[in-house]
Amino acid sequence: MNFSQIYSKKVLEHVRNPRNVGEIKNPDGVATVGNPVCGDIMRLYIKIEKKDGKEYIKDAKFQTLGCGAAISTSSMITTMVKGKPLDEAEKITEKAIAEALGGLPLTKMHCSLLAADALKKAIQNYRQSHKR
Amino acid sequence: MKKIYLDHAATTPVLPEVLTTMQPYFSLHYGNPSEPHQWGQRARAAIDEAREKVAQFLGAKPQEIIFTSGATEAINLAHKGLIEAIRETRNVIRDMQNEKPHIITSLVEHKAVMETCKHLEKMGWADVTYLPVDKAGLISIKDLEKAIRLETVLVSIMYVNNEVGTIQPIAKIGKLIKGINVSRLTSHISPIYFHTDATQAIQSLNCDVNYLGVDLLSLSGHKFYAPKGIGVLYFKKDTPLVRQQDGGGQEYRLRAGTENVPYIVGLGKAIEKVKSQKSTLRLHSGLTVSEVEPSKVKTEYLRDKLIDDVLKIPKVKLVGDSKKNAPHITTFLVDGVEGEAMLLLLSEKGIAASSGSACTSGLLEPSHVLTAMGIPPEQAHGSLRFSLGQENTEEEIDYVIKVLPEVINQLRKMAPKL
Repeated sequence: MNFSQIYSKKVLEHVRNPRNVGEIKNPDGVATVGNPVCGDIMRLYIKIEKKDGKEYIKDAKFQTLGCGAAISTSSMITTMVKGKPLDEAEKITEKAIAEALGGLPLTKMHCSLLAADALKKAIQNYRQSHKR
Repeated sequence: MKKIYLDHAATTPVLPEVLTTMQPYFSLHYGNPSEPHQWGQRARAAIDEAREKVAQFLGAKPQEIIFTSGATEAINLAHKGLIEAIRETRNVIRDMQNEKPHIITSLVEHKAVMETCKHLEKMGWADVTYLPVDKAGLISIKDLEKAIRLETVLVSIMYVNNEVGTIQPIAKIGKLIKGINVSRLTSHISPIYFHTDATQAIQSLNCDVNYLGVDLLSLSGHKFYAPKGIGVLYFKKDTPLVRQQDGGGQEYRLRAGTENVPYIVGLGKAIEKVKSQKSTLRLHSGLTVSEVEPSKVKTEYLRDKLIDDVLKIPKVKLVGDSKKNAPHITTFLVDGVEGEAMLLLLSEKGIAASSGSACTSGLLEPSHVLTAMGIPPEQAHGSLRFSLGQENTEEEIDYVIKVLPEVINQLRKMAPKL
């Protein structure tokens, strides 16, 4: 199998050197999402910081059991959200993740959906546990 | 970078010797074998020679050998051709007037058999029973016997499973069917025809059709060092078949189209090599063909080494009963890792393997073979198949054994604890 025929350089680079792998102790938000059909499970942790009354994602980490596309989308989304205001991070779409990776094969598009979903649910989890 | 190819169940390289034998048939002896002139007859002679070699290898007659584009075409011809022939004649068979022909196959067959059977079902031309398998991937002969009905006309069971290496008891099934057919003969009921797909068995097992008791046998050249795009259907004399590719009268009127002369020559050479390897050992050791073959001995040694060391990695299981399997195929289940990711990282280290993971299939479903063996999807996603070939060395296996635990650890570290 020649993986450079299947995946973009960027995807392969993220599989080789995934960014922000691991766990955040006492995260402000966490979500585990998975697609049992494909066998991918993704967990995303976020740490929130407030500056001038605005919420920012200070840190993001992931743990993923899945294929190359699942690993690379997990890794990519952590780099995309780190330092971003929460309301902006929230708007990141699956398409944006796939584009940032230089595209994904059609059969793997659901992996970027998984990553986008993990982020939304982690933010939801933060909001629910930090209600005024 | 190292390049270690452990995906021989997918395909093998063309042997240099095979390629050399093929070469004159592209631009030198390029005649159409159907033409009476010397160009044509030169090509005809080459096909005849290759057919003779295949026939010898299978213990068959040359008139029982049809060259096809591969095992998939051979299977399509066997199954569809047989059912069509039986549908044509069934009106004269009293007992079958109102009954659909019945096929028995297994849940672990190659897609070529599975999908052909499903097609026949969909068209309403046949009923199909898919036999279950046990944990080792074996069908039970008792189940098979119970599934046989009056309308059963075809039993199709693969010789060696391509994903896990399980060897089905083909010769025993052959005996069973022969017994049933004897009693059918006296009561004027159409016999049961027995097909086996021997694609993964050619190199290491006894493929003599008389020993196996089969009426139909399919094989593919590129699994034993011939090129892709050439295969064989063996059909025992008097097996009813209607050709599925219409046109000229080639291949005993059972497969129309100008013969692929260089590839047929290549397959003939490659199968001759397998046969000579088998008989050389027989001369030296006095053992019979079905007992031991040299490539099998070496492959078994490497396979056992691979298994022993890979199983030292925590939470790795072997699929099926490997010591009873065909020597070249070994499949592991690696807990907590997804197969495609493993293949990707192994590929980075220069190692080619395969997986039954959903993510490798493009279908988002784990392997139907592993599922049929009772392996839950979450485990099937972590399957890893190594398939050995004659050019693999002990150093290569040592390297795999060194690299694989690193790859597995790397991926496990990344996974969430559940």
